[in-house]
Amino acid sequence: MTMPIPPKKVPSLWARILDSDILASFLRSKVTMVAALIVLLLFIGAAFSPWIAPTNPFDPASVFLADANIPPAWQDGGDPRFIFGTDDQGRDLYSAILYGLRVSLVIGGLGVLLAATIGITLGLLAGYLGGRVDALIMRIADVQLTFPAILIALLIDGVVRGIFQHASREDTALYVLVISIGLSFWVQYARTIRGSTLIERNKDYVHAARLVGLPAPLIMLRHVLPNVIGPVLVILTINLALAVITEATLSFLGVGLPPTQPSLGTLISIGNRYLFSGDWWIVTFPGVTLAILVLAVNLLGDWLRDALNPRLR
Amino acid sequence: MKPRFLALAAALIGVSALALGVAEARPLKWAAAGDALTIDPHGQNEGPTTSLNQHMYESLTERDHAGKLGPLLATSWRVLPDDPTTWEFKLQDGVKFHDGAPFTADDVVFSYERAMQPTSDFKGYLTSIEKVSKVDDLTVRIKTKGPNPLLVNNTSSIRIMSKAWAEKNNAVKAQDFKNKEENFAVRNANGTGPFVLVSREADVKTVMKRNDAYWNKAKVPLEITELTLVPIKQDATRIAALLSGEVDFVQDVPVQDIARLKNQPKVRVTSGPENRTIFFGMDVASADLKGDDVQGKNPFADKRVRQALNMAINRPAIQRVVMRGESVPTGIIMPPFVNGWTKELDAAPATDVAKAKSLLAEAGYPNGFSTTLHCSNDRYVNDEGICQAAVGMFGQIGVKVNLVSQSKSIHFNLIQKNPAETEFYLVGWGVPTYDSDYIFSYMYHTRTGSQGSWNATGYSDKDVDGMIQSLSREVDLTKRNATIASLWTKLKDETIYLPIHHQSLSYGMNSTLDIPVDVANNPKLKMVSFKGS
Amino acid sequence: MLAFILRRLFQSLLVMLAVALIAFTMFRFVGDPVNQLVSLDTPAAQVAEIRRSLGLDDPVVVQFLRYIYNAARLEFGVSYQFRLPVISLLGERAPATLELAFMSALFSLAVGIPMGVYTALRRDSWLAKIFQAVSLVGISLPTFLIGILLIYLFSVTLGWLPSFGRGDVVKIGSWWTTGLLTGSGWKALILPSITLGLFQMTLIMRLVRAEMLEVLRTDYIKFARARGLKTRAVHFGHALKNTLVPVITIAGLQLGSIIAFAIITETVFQWPGMGLLFLKAVQQIDIPIMAAYLMLISFLFVSINLIVDLLYAAVDPRLRATIGAH
Repeated sequence: MTMPIPPKKVPSLWARILDSDILASFLRSKVTMVAALIVLLLFIGAAFSPWIAPTNPFDPASVFLADANIPPAWQDGGDPRFIFGTDDQGRDLYSAILYGLRVSLVIGGLGVLLAATIGITLGLLAGYLGGRVDALIMRIADVQLTFPAILIALLIDGVVRGIFQHASREDTALYVLVISIGLSFWVQYARTIRGSTLIERNKDYVHAARLVGLPAPLIMLRHVLPNVIGPVLVILTINLALAVITEATLSFLGVGLPPTQPSLGTLISIGNRYLFSGDWWIVTFPGVTLAILVLAVNLLGDWLRDALNPRLR
Repeated sequence: MKPRFLALAAALIGVSALALGVAEARPLKWAAAGDALTIDPHGQNEGPTTSLNQHMYESLTERDHAGKLGPLLATSWRVLPDDPTTWEFKLQDGVKFHDGAPFTADDVVFSYERAMQPTSDFKGYLTSIEKVSKVDDLTVRIKTKGPNPLLVNNTSSIRIMSKAWAEKNNAVKAQDFKNKEENFAVRNANGTGPFVLVSREADVKTVMKRNDAYWNKAKVPLEITELTLVPIKQDATRIAALLSGEVDFVQDVPVQDIARLKNQPKVRVTSGPENRTIFFGMDVASADLKGDDVQGKNPFADKRVRQALNMAINRPAIQRVVMRGESVPTGIIMPPFVNGWTKELDAAPATDVAKAKSLLAEAGYPNGFSTTLHCSNDRYVNDEGICQAAVGMFGQIGVKVNLVSQSKSIHFNLIQKNPAETEFYLVGWGVPTYDSDYIFSYMYHTRTGSQGSWNATGYSDKDVDGMIQSLSREVDLTKRNATIASLWTKLKDETIYLPIHHQSLSYGMNSTLDIPVDVANNPKLKMVSFKGS
Repeated sequence: MLAFILRRLFQSLLVMLAVALIAFTMFRFVGDPVNQLVSLDTPAAQVAEIRRSLGLDDPVVVQFLRYIYNAARLEFGVSYQFRLPVISLLGERAPATLELAFMSALFSLAVGIPMGVYTALRRDSWLAKIFQAVSLVGISLPTFLIGILLIYLFSVTLGWLPSFGRGDVVKIGSWWTTGLLTGSGWKALILPSITLGLFQMTLIMRLVRAEMLEVLRTDYIKFARARGLKTRAVHFGHALKNTLVPVITIAGLQLGSIIAFAIITETVFQWPGMGLLFLKAVQQIDIPIMAAYLMLISFLFVSINLIVDLLYAAVDPRLRATIGAH
C-alpha cells in the first residue's frame, strides 16, 4: 500500500495577485489607475441605472413625443430635465445611455463568460485527454478562429428569424447576441488552457492525484484548473472590449437590439440618421461613452497582460 | 466590353446630340433607398419597381406627376356605344420597341394576357376583364365581365412589352418559378419607353441611356443622356452623396434632413403629398388573439377598444415630431386624391386619453391589456418611428404594446398570408386607380379569391361585400358615388383601421434640376430639363 | 510528410462537409423553399407539383447528397429576393469585395509594419507614444463609427472623396470588374480601405512591435551588435527579417476575417460587394444566399488554413519533427 501523497496546495488566485508585483505595477501606472476608475464608474452607472437615471427609457408610456430632439441642457433650446438632450422619440439621452450601457455590458459580459466556459471546458478536455479528442477539438478551433463574431451572429440571427418569424426582437435579440459572442470567442480560451494543461498534466501532483484514483473530471477542475486560469483573466478583459464592440456593430447593422430597448450600439445607429440634420448629440454622447468604455477596458487589459508577462515590460 | 460600349454609346449620343441641338452629354445619377425588385414589367406591383420600370416600359395611359390621366401608347379610348361591357383603345402609330420592332395591337393583347396570368403580380388590376382582342393593328378591345365604367383607370399600371421579343427569349410568363433557368425578362428589357437598358446589377446599379428613337420626343424634353439608378440604403450615406455632388437626384430624403438641405445653395428640395395613407389594422374577427395577454377574448373585436386606441393616438405630435411636418393627419384610410374623399370623412378624432381610458374600462379592460404590433422598417417615411411613437401613446392608456419591426418583404408576407399571421400591423395604402373601390375591395371586402387580399383584419360583412361588388357594375356614376359615400360612413364608424396620416414626400436634387414630387412616387425623369444651361 | 498532407486534406474535407450540412439544414428547413416561390393563391396541386419537381419529397439523405453535388458545381439555387441564380449574384459582387479586402490588407501592412518598427526602436520618443495611442483608439472605436466619421469629414465637409460605391469600374475578362484602372475607382477605394484596414493595421503594428522587442533581446542580435555591425544593419537586416515571418502568417490568416468584416464597411459605404448582399439576405431571410455565402467563405477560410499549415510544415523543421513523432 502506497501512502497517498497529498496534492500540492495551490494558493488562492487573489493571494497570488497580491503576492506578485502586479499591484505595485498598478500603483505605478497613472494611466491604468485612471482607466480602472473610469471602468469602475461606468460599471456602477450601468448596474444602478434604474436608480441613477432620471427616467426609464424602456417604458414607452413614460416617454413623450413632444420632448423629442431637444438639444443638451447647455445649448439654446435645451431643457434642464435632459442634460444630454433627447433622442428622436423624446427619450432622455442620459437615461438611455445608462440603460444602454447596462444592456451592452450585460450582453458583452454574458457572451464572454459563455465563451470562457466553453473554451475552458474544451481546452481542459483537449489538454488532459489528448489524442483524438485533442485533435478534433483543435481542428474545430482552427476553423472557428477564422469565423468572425459578426458573421456567426448574422447567421444565427437569420436562422432564428427564419424559424421564429413572429418572435419579437425584444425577446430574441439578447440570446442571439450572447450565443453569437460565446460561440465566436471561445477558441482563445481553449488554446491557452490546453497549452498550460499539457504542461500541468505531467507534473507530479497530477500523477499523484491520478494514482489515488480521483476521477478525471475532479482532477481537471480541482487541481489543474486553478493552476492554468491566470492568463484567462487577461483574455477575459480584452474580450469584454471586443464583445461590447461586436454588440454595438450588430445593433448598428440592424440585427441587434430593437430601438425600443436600445443598447449603446442601437443608440448610435439611431443617432447616425440625425448626424447631418444638426441633432449631433444623439450620436455623439453614446458614441463617446462607448469609445471611453472600450478604451478604458483595453488599457486595463494591456496593462494586465504586460504585468503578467514581465518580459515585454 | 464596357469601355468599348461606352465609346460606342458616346459616339451615338454625340451624333444625336448634334441633331437635337444639345451640345453635351447630360448624365443623371438617381439615388433611392431601395432598388427595384425586378425589371420584369409584370413581376412585382411595388413602388420602387414601378418607379424604375416606367422609364423603359410604357402603358396605354399615363398619369402625370399630379395624378392626371392622359394618353400614352393609346391615343384615345371609349366604351362602345352599343355595348357597355367593351372598351376600345386606339393605339399610337409609329411607335417602336428598343429593338426596332414596331408596336402593334398584338403586343397589347400579349401583355395584358401576360399580366393576367396567375404568376403576374398585376392580375388584381384586371380581374374584371374577360377577354382582350385585336381589331386591327392599331385598335384593341377589352371585354369585361360586366360593365366597368372605370377600367381605363387601371390601364396606366399595365406596361406593354414586345410579344415577339418575349416569345423569342422564352419570357412569355411573368416569373416562371418552375423553370429553373432564370427568366430572360428579369435581366433584360425591351419596351417602348424613353430610356434603354444598358446594364443592371440588382441592388448595385441600373444604367440606362436615352432612347434617341423615342416616338414621343417632340412632347417631352428628354434631356438626360444617361440615367443611372443607385440604391443607397443608409440615410446618412445617401444624403452625403447628394451634398458632395456624387448623385444628382435623391428620391427618398429623410424628413429630418429637409431643413438642412434647404439651406444648401447647391441643392433643391421639392415636397408634396403622396397618394398614400398610413394606418394600423387589427384582427377584429378571431375569437381569441395569440399575441395578447387576454384569455379567451379578443379585445379588438370590441368597437369601444378600437375607438379607445384611435383616440389614444396623438396625430399632431406624430406629424410635428416624427414626420417634421411632412404629413397630413387624417381620420380615414383614403388619400385626398381619391374619388369619394370628403373633408368630413378626413377629420381625425381628437386625442383624448381620459375618454380612451374610460372606453377601455367600459369594455372590461380597466387596466388595459398587452399585445404585439408588427411594423415595417424600410417601406414608408419613418415607419418604425411612427410605430414606436404609437406604442408610447397606447402605453399611456394602459395598452402595453410589444413592437416587432422588420423588413418590408417579411412584414407584408405576414399580412398577405391567409389566415394572416399578424393581429396588429402597420400598412400604407396607395391608390393607383384614384377610386374608393380600390380601397374597399382590397381592405374591407371579405377575403375571398382575388378580393380582400390585403384585408388581414378578418372583417367580413355581407351587406358591405354586396355594395362593394355593385361598384364595379354600376354605370350610373351619381348612383355609384352615393354607394361609395354610404360605405365610407358605415366603415369609418366601425373603426376597423386606425388611420394616422397621408404621407408627404420630399425629393432632393442638384439645384439645376426641378423635379416635382410625383403623387404616386414614380418620378418621370423624361420630363427633366436642366435649367442651369 | 505525404501522410501529413493527406491527413490535413482529409480533415479540411470533413470540415467542409460539416459546413455543408449546416448550410443544407438552413436551406431546407429554415423557411420552406416552396412557400418562397409560389404566390398565395397558387392551387395546392400546383404547389405539390413544384415540391416534387424540386425533389423536396425525396429522402433527406438524397437531398443532402444532391445539395453537395450542386454546391460542388457552384449551383446554390435561386435567390428568393432577386429570382436570380445565387452564384451569379455572388460572382458579380466578388470582385468588389476581394479588391477592397486586398487594398485594406495592403494598407494595413504598408502602414502597420513601419509604425511597429518605429515604436519598437524608439520606444520612448513622443511619436512612438502617439502611434501607441492611435493604435489604442483604432482598436477601441467600432469600424462603423470610423467609417461614418470619415464620410462626414472627407466627403461632406471637405468634399474630397466619394461617400459611396466603387466609382467607375472596368470589366476584365468575362466577369471580373476592377476599379483600379480609373481615377474615380481609386478615389472610391480610399475611405473604405482605410476603414476596413484600420483594425488590422493596429493589430500588425502591435505585433511587429512585440516581435521586434523580443528579437532585439535575443543573443543572436546581441552577438551581431557585438560583432560591430551597424545598428541599421542589425535592425533591418536581422531583427526585422526575423519578425516578418510570423507577421506575414498572421496577416494571411487575417485575410479571411477582413473579407468577413467587410460586411460592415460595405454597409457604411454602400460598397457593392458580397458582404452587402449577405447582410441584405439576412434582413430579408433570403436563405439560399445565406447558405451559399457560408459555404464560399468557409471554403476560403479552410483553404487559407490549409495552405498556411502546409507552408509551415514545409519551412519549420521542428514542426516536421513533431509531426513525425505524432
